[in-house]
Amino acid sequence: MTTENKDTQWPLWEVFLQVKSGRPYGHVGSLHAADAEQALQNARDVYTRRQEGTAIWVVPADSITASTPEDMGPFFDPANDKVYRHPTFYKIPKGVNVDVH
Amino acid sequence: MTYTDNIKEALAEYVIRLADDRMILSHRLSELCGHGPILEEDIAITNISLDLLGQAKFYYEKVAELSGEEVSADDWVFFRDEREYWNVLLVEQANEDFAHTIVKQLFFDVFEILFYGELIKSKDEDLRAIAEKSIKETKYHLRHSHDWMLKLGGGTEESNNRLREAVELLWMYTGELFYSDEIDSLLVAEGLVPDTSKFRDEYYKTINKMLVESELDEMDPNAWMQSGGREGKHTEFLGHILATLQYLPRSMPDAQW
Repeated sequence: MTTENKDTQWPLWEVFLQVKSGRPYGHVGSLHAADAEQALQNARDVYTRRQEGTAIWVVPADSITASTPEDMGPFFDPANDKVYRHPTFYKIPKGVNVDVH
Repeated sequence: MTYTDNIKEALAEYVIRLADDRMILSHRLSELCGHGPILEEDIAITNISLDLLGQAKFYYEKVAELSGEEVSADDWVFFRDEREYWNVLLVEQANEDFAHTIVKQLFFDVFEILFYGELIKSKDEDLRAIAEKSIKETKYHLRHSHDWMLKLGGGTEESNNRLREAVELLWMYTGELFYSDEIDSLLVAEGLVPDTSKFRDEYYKTINKMLVESELDEMDPNAWMQSGGREGKHTEFLGHILATLQYLPRSMPDAQW
């Protein structure tokens, strides 16, 4: 299937920010840029001007393979009735810092 | 730090020059707010404009402190006429097209990197502090303008042509960045401000390297250079800038945000 590309802007990039060192990168949005260096600079300008992050990833949007809404059932539903997959039977020792995403 | 009166007076005048350069360039960039070639670039240019505005404000405040008068940054910006502005001519030149905007910025940014690299050694702690903060901003500004030089120079025939035209038109305004008079000599001798002649060669070497990388010809550092801004003699552009910039506070001096 071909669709006419009416978007005359530069390629789309997805932006991921690391809030502080050691933490996982989180998706914050997207932007247009002609190449990777410009995508980094634009990401800095659009998403990090108020000290929101310490490191940036930019990824060409078309490099991301995403699950589709049709995948939702087979991918995610079966986990619900398999209670043993959830680590709810363990007591967490004091002093362990649990990071729940 | 306490200074004798003549040092204080010289330093105040010197700092106004620094402030005016940044103020006028900031205003030129702010004219593109809402007119950038693409949303992301619009934001980038506005950010750079705001960085420069912030630097200008620090300098105007420093002048007020030196002169001991109750003068705000607004007073300096809004209530001086063209002949009392001491910015270099480069920063008031028209945006014309995106290539001109970028070339003007590059010529200024490369100077700034070298200038701030020296100003951080100033014996004046305020100037040192402003330099330390500004050098980080300037590194980013240069990264932005340099990247665009490469893109426009190595882009299409038209972008390369426009970039070359901008370089040729603006070249004669680079010499004034190294303007030096008795105020400079006095303050250099006191260890308060950089001796810009020391990095003039490095400036032109760096710029020429960037021009070649951007598929343009090298330019001649010893070509004839235009000056006058530091003495308040400006090109046709500054009057128009000030008319826009000063209209509101001059018609309604008590207007508040």
